[in-house]
Amino acid sequence: MTEDQKELLESEAHPLDGFLREGRIPHIFCPACSLGSITNVLIEAINESGIDPKKIAVVSGIGCTGRIAGYLNFDSFHTTHGRSIPFAIGLSVTDPERKVIVVSGDGDLFAIGGNHFIHAARRNANITVICVNNFNYGMTGGQAGPTTYAGQFQTTAPYGSLEEPFNIPNLAASCGAVYVARYTALDVRRVKEAFSEAIAKNGFSFVEVLGSCPTTYGRRNQLAEGKKILEFFAEKTVLNHDADTRDVRIDKDSPIIVGKFVDIEDKPTLTDNLLALQRVSQAKKG
Amino acid sequence: MSKQKQKFLEVSTGEHFTTGNHAAAEGALAVGCKFFGGYPITPSSEIAEHMALRLPQLGGNFVQFEDEIASIIGILGASWGGVKSMTATSGPGYSLMVENIGLGMMTETPCVIINVQRGGPSTGLPTLVGQQDIMQTKWGSHGDFEPIVLCPSSVQECFELAIEAFNYAEKYRLPVTLLLDETLGHMSERLIIPDASKIGKVERKKPKDSPEEHLPYKADDDLIPPMAVAGEGYKVMVTGLTHDERGYPNLNVETQDKLVRRINDKIRLNKKDIIRVEEYKLDDAEIAIIAFGSVARAAKGSVNRARKNGIKVGLLRLITIWPFPDERIEALAEQVKKIYVPEINYGQITREVERSVHGKTEVKGIFKLGGAIHNPQEILKEIEGDA
Repeated sequence: MTEDQKELLESEAHPLDGFLREGRIPHIFCPACSLGSITNVLIEAINESGIDPKKIAVVSGIGCTGRIAGYLNFDSFHTTHGRSIPFAIGLSVTDPERKVIVVSGDGDLFAIGGNHFIHAARRNANITVICVNNFNYGMTGGQAGPTTYAGQFQTTAPYGSLEEPFNIPNLAASCGAVYVARYTALDVRRVKEAFSEAIAKNGFSFVEVLGSCPTTYGRRNQLAEGKKILEFFAEKTVLNHDADTRDVRIDKDSPIIVGKFVDIEDKPTLTDNLLALQRVSQAKKG
Repeated sequence: MSKQKQKFLEVSTGEHFTTGNHAAAEGALAVGCKFFGGYPITPSSEIAEHMALRLPQLGGNFVQFEDEIASIIGILGASWGGVKSMTATSGPGYSLMVENIGLGMMTETPCVIINVQRGGPSTGLPTLVGQQDIMQTKWGSHGDFEPIVLCPSSVQECFELAIEAFNYAEKYRLPVTLLLDETLGHMSERLIIPDASKIGKVERKKPKDSPEEHLPYKADDDLIPPMAVAGEGYKVMVTGLTHDERGYPNLNVETQDKLVRRINDKIRLNKKDIIRVEEYKLDDAEIAIIAFGSVARAAKGSVNRARKNGIKVGLLRLITIWPFPDERIEALAEQVKKIYVPEINYGQITREVERSVHGKTEVKGIFKLGGAIHNPQEILKEIEGDA
C-alpha cells in the first residue's frame, strides 16, 4: 500500500464528500440494496459531465429510488408519487441551460406516472430519466407492479403474478426517446457510462437499471440475498447493443438483454421548439 | 402606438370589450406570468388558448400537458425554476389537481390556478354555470392548510384579481386559486387595462444570506421563508414530506407541529390583508344578502328592487372566499334580522355563514343546483315571501 492509499484509508474524508447533503446519511436503503452504488455512480457521472453544478437539478417521485434526490447536494426535488416528470419539464423549460435528471422507480414512473413518461418522450423533453427497476413496490412492502413478470411472487400476487410486465426500453423507444439503455446494477461500470451518455444528450434520454431488492422482491422469489440477485443477473444477462427493443422483454426464464439500444442525434427538443416558437411569434411584431 | 404593436406588451393598456376568461389571462400576463401549463376543459379553455397565443410573444412558455395532474405539477416545477406560473381548469380538472395543490402548500410554492366553475358532480354541466367548487378549494387536498381563494364578479375584476392572486401567491408562498364561473368566464363586458406603471407587482422574498448559511425553510418573523430557486447556487431541497428548516425530511411530532402550524398561521394571522368584501347598501340594512361571483350581480339587482318596494336590504359580496370573512359576517349578524345566501349549489357558503353568525341571526340559503344564475326577482320573491 502506498502512503497516499494509506492516508486515504485512514482519513475520514470520502471522495464524494460535498456531493451528498450533510446530515442526511445514513440513508434508508436496506442492506444489499443496489441504490447505494447507483447513487454513487450517478454522482460520478454528474461530476465528470463538467456541467456547472448550479445548472443541475435532480427530481424524484415517491418510493425507495425516489429518496435519491434528497441525498444529493444539488437543487433537488422530492415530488409526489408518479409526478416527477412533469415537474422536471417545468424546471427544464424555464432555463434552457438547466440539466434536469429524474431518478425514480418502476412503479412510480410506469404505473402511476406512466402517462407522463410516454408524453415526455413524445415531446422530446430535454430531461434525463433514470429508472431503477426492482420488479416490485419496495417501500410499501413488496406489492406487484407494472414490471412484475408472470410467475413472480409478491404480497399482492401471493399465487404468482399473471400479468405481462412492461418492456420498458421498448416503450421508451417507441415513444421517441433519443437515448435508451439498460444495464443491471451488477455492471456499475456500464451503468455509469450510460448515465454519462444520457446526461450529455440533448432530449429525452432514458436509462433502465435493473436493481437488486433482496428485502421485498428477493425473499419471495428464492433470491433472498443481494448477492443471489446479482448472481441471477450475471447468469441471465446477455449484452447486445443491436437488440431490437421489441425483443428485450423480461420474464421468468428469458435471458436479460442489456445494452445501448437507441442513440439518436440532433432531434429538436421541447425546449428547442419552444424557443423557436418564441422567435416566430415575436417576428410577427409590428 | 399601433394596436398591432400593443399586442406584444405584457400589459395590454387600453379599453377592451372582452370575456372574463381573456381578462383573467391578461391579468396574469400583466403581473408577469411566464409559464402556463394546462389541459383543455370547458369552460376554461379560452384561458389556455389566449396564453398559447400571448406567452411566446412575451418570451414565456406555454405547454399543453397530457392531463391536469401534469399541468399543476408542471407549474410547480416552473415556479421553482424561478418564473411566475399558472394553470386554468374547471371542476373535474381541479379534482385531479388537488393532490399536488397540497404539494404546493407543503413546499410553499407560489403559483396560480384558475378554476372556471361549471355544474357538477362529475361531468355534470360542462357548458353551464355552477358554484360548486367552494369546498373543494378549501378541503380538496388532504391535510391542514389555509388556502387563499379569490372570487371576481365582473370582467374587470377577473383582470384585477388575477393580478392579486399572483401577488398573494408570491407574498405568502402558496398556490392561490382564482375562482371564476362559466357565466363570468364567457360573458363580455368592458375591461379597462391601466398603464403598465399602475400594475402593482409583488415578487417573492429572496434570501439575503449565503448558500452556506441558508436554511430554505427558516421563516422570518412574518412566518414566510425567503425563497431561493433552482440555479441560484442554494442547492434547494424541496420535499412533500414533513421537513425541518433545512428542508430535510424529519418525520416526528415536533417538526410536523412546527411546520403545519406555520403554513396555516402565515395565512390566519394575515386575514386582514387578504380578506376583501364589497358592501352595498348595508349601512341601514335590516336584511342582508351574502353572495359572490356572477350571482352577486343578480343579488345587487334584488337589493335595488327590494329597496324600491320599501324593504331595507343590503349586499355583502365576498371577494375573498378563503380565508372566510367570518368576523365581518358575525358583525353583520348583529345588525340584520336575516341573511339570505343565494348560491349555485346545494349549500356550501351557506354553511360557512351559519358557522360565522353564531346563532345571532337567521340564515337562509337560496339554492340553484347548477345551469343558471339566479334571477334578481327570484331572490326578491324569497325575501318578500318571508317578510
